[in-house]
Amino acid sequence: MRKITILLSTAALVLSLVGSGFAADTIKLGVAGPHSGDLAPYGIPAMKAAQLVVKKINAAGGVLGKQVELLIQDDQCKPEIATNTATKLVTEGVNVVLGHICSGATKAALGIYNDAKIPVMSPSATNPPLTQSGNYPNFFRTIASDDMQARMAVDFAINTLGVKKVAVLHDKGDYGKGFAEFAKKYLEESDKVEMVLFEGITPGAMDYSSIVQKVRREKADALIFGGYHPEASKLIAQMKRKRLKTVFISDDGVKDDSFIKVAGAAANGAYVTGPRDLSSIPLNAAATSEFKAEYGAEPGAFFQEAYSATMALLNAIEKAGSTDYDAVTKVLRSQYVETPVGKIKFDSKGDAEGVGFSIYKVENGVFNELK
Amino acid sequence: MDYFIELFLGGLTRGSIYALIALGYTMVYGIIQLINFAHGEIYMIGAFVALIVAGVCTIYGFTGVSVLIIAAVAAVIYASAYGYTLEKIAYRPLRGAPRLSPLISAIGMSIFLQNYVLLAQTPDFLPFPSLIPDFEFMEPVAHIIGSPELVILITTFVTMILLTLLIKKTKVGKAMRATQQDMNMARLVGVNVDRVISLTFVIGSALAAIGGVLVASYIGQVNFYIGFLAGVKAFTAAVLGGIGSIPGAVLGGLVLGWTESFAAGYISSDYEDVFAFGLLVLILILRPAGLLGKSRKQKV
Repeated sequence: MRKITILLSTAALVLSLVGSGFAADTIKLGVAGPHSGDLAPYGIPAMKAAQLVVKKINAAGGVLGKQVELLIQDDQCKPEIATNTATKLVTEGVNVVLGHICSGATKAALGIYNDAKIPVMSPSATNPPLTQSGNYPNFFRTIASDDMQARMAVDFAINTLGVKKVAVLHDKGDYGKGFAEFAKKYLEESDKVEMVLFEGITPGAMDYSSIVQKVRREKADALIFGGYHPEASKLIAQMKRKRLKTVFISDDGVKDDSFIKVAGAAANGAYVTGPRDLSSIPLNAAATSEFKAEYGAEPGAFFQEAYSATMALLNAIEKAGSTDYDAVTKVLRSQYVETPVGKIKFDSKGDAEGVGFSIYKVENGVFNELK
Repeated sequence: MDYFIELFLGGLTRGSIYALIALGYTMVYGIIQLINFAHGEIYMIGAFVALIVAGVCTIYGFTGVSVLIIAAVAAVIYASAYGYTLEKIAYRPLRGAPRLSPLISAIGMSIFLQNYVLLAQTPDFLPFPSLIPDFEFMEPVAHIIGSPELVILITTFVTMILLTLLIKKTKVGKAMRATQQDMNMARLVGVNVDRVISLTFVIGSALAAIGGVLVASYIGQVNFYIGFLAGVKAFTAAVLGGIGSIPGAVLGGLVLGWTESFAAGYISSDYEDVFAFGLLVLILILRPAGLLGKSRKQKV
């Protein structure tokens, strides 16, 4: 009995030594996402981004004088695997996690990290409730959520254009209807505008004159359209033909050169939301050339977002002076950091401020970003 | 009341677009009882040819109505050639086959032509110049109807009258009616049935091309897929009015156009198609041969 006790306590001592030894030596950055299977192209660029940032930071002396260690786990974008992945990373003692990639997998894993008090930052999970529900105070993201475009379009219509009556149309598709429904939600929340119309139109139809007349009858100041450019160009052309003065506002699906090419002069004066033009940010170009030098190819999906997320996480640990959960999340929420997606900090819910979309206005046949 | 007139005229325009395409559909069906599913594709090819020719014309300095006429003539010639060839290679070899075989062949040609244009031209939407001169009407008319709508409307009715005269009053028309009634008997009395059918296809395709030019000019865009959607609506219009009947196609087109326009205007554009097809079901229950169709006894 006594022997066993000694043995156990020795073992415990050794183990704790090993454990604390590790913790003292490195900062552990978990990277979770699909690295195999058909969705791997969404996860691998993020993994490579983390490797590039960590390599650079380690070469410059690491974070808080410690080297950063990467713990990479494959979740195949599947929620049931993501929970295992999260448990494994937590057991291995990660300090912060970059991931997950897919919204479903992220949601499944977040509870586990939240219980363990580990900050998680996704470069790609766009599902709105992940941040807006408030259930996951440990979650951050460097990509705009799905409803961001609608939010921007509505805010722009109300605050910048000062419209009073808005009509919302969509093409009945997942993308267009989703956008339109978020727009509807925000319009209803605001007491400055009235939503006078919410309807779907048939994509590919030859003629939208009746819906255009309806917009006229409702005296809408602005029309928010969710959908793609073929319908948008038909709608806007018919609006011009029917002498409507209604302002046309639409989404990223319309921000395509075909819209201007097909609608021609009718497109002038239309507003669309679209991803911010990041090419002028020096760090963005630097990250791309870093990737090209290392791998000899163009970086894939969410590379810049993942690069930014890794930088933001490690920067927060450095600024906080420790890997303590409260200190790290406080830094993330309060201090700006220069990243390839711009100078960002996170709001109380975890969305990056200043990331995502801009409003573009069609002027003389080109999209001009409104600053 | 104003709103009602707007919707009424909107429905009239939409309906005459459907009717213009449905005329060719219904004529081919009337003569040889074949639903030519490739009709929509001929319409689309007509629009593409007009687009190319109009581009060339503009480079050579033509302006105004002359571009429209040259482009339309080119489209008609080209589309007629397509119609003739189509009939020769896809339908004529199946003349004696059961009715289902040429139908499948028609669907096959439709898919083939769509993909041919997709590969040979482009999968993108292309802008189509407004070839119909846009006269500036004065308010309060301008927001209700413009010159493109008027041109489509007039073309549809003129075409309907000419077609009816062709079939009722001319020698060719008599041959067509004879072919429709009994192909073998017509052959016995010296009608060149093959030539009559070829001619039917050529006329049908020419109508589709005219429709293609006018409608594309009105909408302002073309794409390899427009023929399919136009074909579905035109087919519905033809069935609604009584397939095989020339005035029926126009009536069916207009009824369809008005139904959609009023449903979208007074109820919701979400349910536009629900009302259109609901009406089709209703009419087919009450009048199985369509509004103006004659129910024909099946020959045994």
